[in-house]
Amino acid sequence: MHQAQTNTDIIKKPLPIIYRWLGDKIFLTVVFILGLSIIFLAFSMAWVLYSEGRLAINEFGVIGFLKGSVWDPGVRMVFGALPFIFGTFITSVVALAIAFLPAIAIAVVIAEYAPKWIGNIIENFVHLIAAIPSVVVGIWGIFVFAPWMRETVYMPIFTFTANNYPSLLPVLGNPMGYGMTTATIILALMIIPFTTALTRDAISQVPKEQREAAWALGATKWEVIRMAVLPYARGGILAGAMLSFGRAIGETMAVAMLIGNKNTFPFSILGPAATMPSVIINEFREAVGNLHLSSLMAIGLALFVISLIVNLIAAYITRKLSITGGQVV
Amino acid sequence: MIKPKKTLKQRNIKDRFMVSLLVLSTVVVLVPLLIIIAYVIINGVSALNWEFFTEELGSPSRAMQGRPTGLIHTMIGTAVVDFLALIISIPVGLGAGIMLSEYPDHKLNPYLRIINDTLNGMPAILKGLLAFALIVKPMGTFSGLSGGFALAFVMIPIIARSTESALMSIPWTIREAGLAIGLPRWRVVMSTIVPAAKTGLVTGFLIAFARAAGEAAPLMFTSFGNNYFPRHWTGMIFGPVDTLPQRLYSLAISPYKEWHAMGWAAGIVLLFFVIAIFFTARLLTRKKVY
Repeated sequence: MHQAQTNTDIIKKPLPIIYRWLGDKIFLTVVFILGLSIIFLAFSMAWVLYSEGRLAINEFGVIGFLKGSVWDPGVRMVFGALPFIFGTFITSVVALAIAFLPAIAIAVVIAEYAPKWIGNIIENFVHLIAAIPSVVVGIWGIFVFAPWMRETVYMPIFTFTANNYPSLLPVLGNPMGYGMTTATIILALMIIPFTTALTRDAISQVPKEQREAAWALGATKWEVIRMAVLPYARGGILAGAMLSFGRAIGETMAVAMLIGNKNTFPFSILGPAATMPSVIINEFREAVGNLHLSSLMAIGLALFVISLIVNLIAAYITRKLSITGGQVV
Repeated sequence: MIKPKKTLKQRNIKDRFMVSLLVLSTVVVLVPLLIIIAYVIINGVSALNWEFFTEELGSPSRAMQGRPTGLIHTMIGTAVVDFLALIISIPVGLGAGIMLSEYPDHKLNPYLRIINDTLNGMPAILKGLLAFALIVKPMGTFSGLSGGFALAFVMIPIIARSTESALMSIPWTIREAGLAIGLPRWRVVMSTIVPAAKTGLVTGFLIAFARAAGEAAPLMFTSFGNNYFPRHWTGMIFGPVDTLPQRLYSLAISPYKEWHAMGWAAGIVLLFFVIAIFFTARLLTRKKVY
């Protein structure tokens, strides 16, 4: 009874204008500022990397820095980013090429083939794997995977090449286990869960009618997937691949632990190399010269620009290439 | 599309073939991933001991002479830095998420959405460099605070996105009901929409946290690392602090065998920490999360 009375009291008395009008103004302002701070963060990241890297950019020029293949912080103080851009590009592209089809396979198995409970288990497992910290994968790579690869894979290949085609040895490189191939394989393993999750997402957006129409035409299960499901989801799948590529580019710790960290050309297939994130991680803490620090920041700027392009392409694909034209289904 | 030359039998054979190929590749990929987890658990458990949870690390000689060492200062440092990251990132991410979902017609939103997604896709190491330039340089010292900011930069875009989708899942009619009884807009959001979306919001925070808690790259040049406890507890915030992912990296690339074993131990602790956060998030909701 008492409750009812207070309620009618509130309704009778109009709420103070401050509470209604000013409250909304303040709320919108606070929320607006918090949203704006994210935009500020993104722009300050670009600005910080540019202003800190300006010294190196002025010294070597934009093109000169990007094309320079010498990285010598010790004696000559000459810095060029090309080895790292090359290393990042090769490892990421190859890792994505390795990871792409298996990731789609897993997503298709989860979505279309496996019984629901098995599919759930695999899906949970994939999400779990995606959550494993990169350093944890890295420590496994350092102490288990790299030595194992050296003994069982690299050494036989190396001896075979040395005996039969000695001229190819410089291309093959030093089979010490820590190098470009090892890092690429680990990178592929690490992006598979990510690609799978995004592909699974794209597949789950395909309407049931799409499948049923194909069934009704007498298609086999594989034909349904091949002709009805995958083409419909291709926008999401490609965007997912692009985002995975972005992940691979920025993947730092596991690569830094396994790639062997060789800062100068020539790289070889099995031998050590370096990527943009790995050189920043390895040298930033120990960099003393201003020019050295600035060059590392400039590499960060290059990494920023590349990631930006990759992300924007992914956003573009999601919008344009999907059959629904970016509308939410 | 279906070529008439193929008989039904051929098509069925192809169907069978593709099934086995898909299942085979699933198994081939998932097994190495299982092996990674198995190795970390086996090596980690055998490297764990009581001192690991009670002693600080100290110099390498301490481990080589067999004196007790552990990572208690690392675990406390991780807790401090992660806590700082949470209290920095949650207000910003929540606010931006409310902006995106509750003011859908606002002019800022298209830009905010794409910039937020782009920021989310930026490598974590760049967020470390940003925190280095914004906080470490002005402060003049590596600090737990800057580490908290670096991890917050990782979490903010994830929280903003997850908050948006959690709030959007509440039907628009509830907002209209609130407005119809005369509540101002901010009361509608704070008293009906946010409480109703509570589970989804917390899940988003946890997912973001699980992602940030395993990141080592942003911490390498912000919280930096420290083999000892700081002299005074404020050193956890204003001085260099050890964190698990960054310590794990330092231990793994160190030349000492004893430290390698500790690296495995740190690995299993970190793995269980992240998995625990992850499973809490999964338990909270039956919906799909990343």
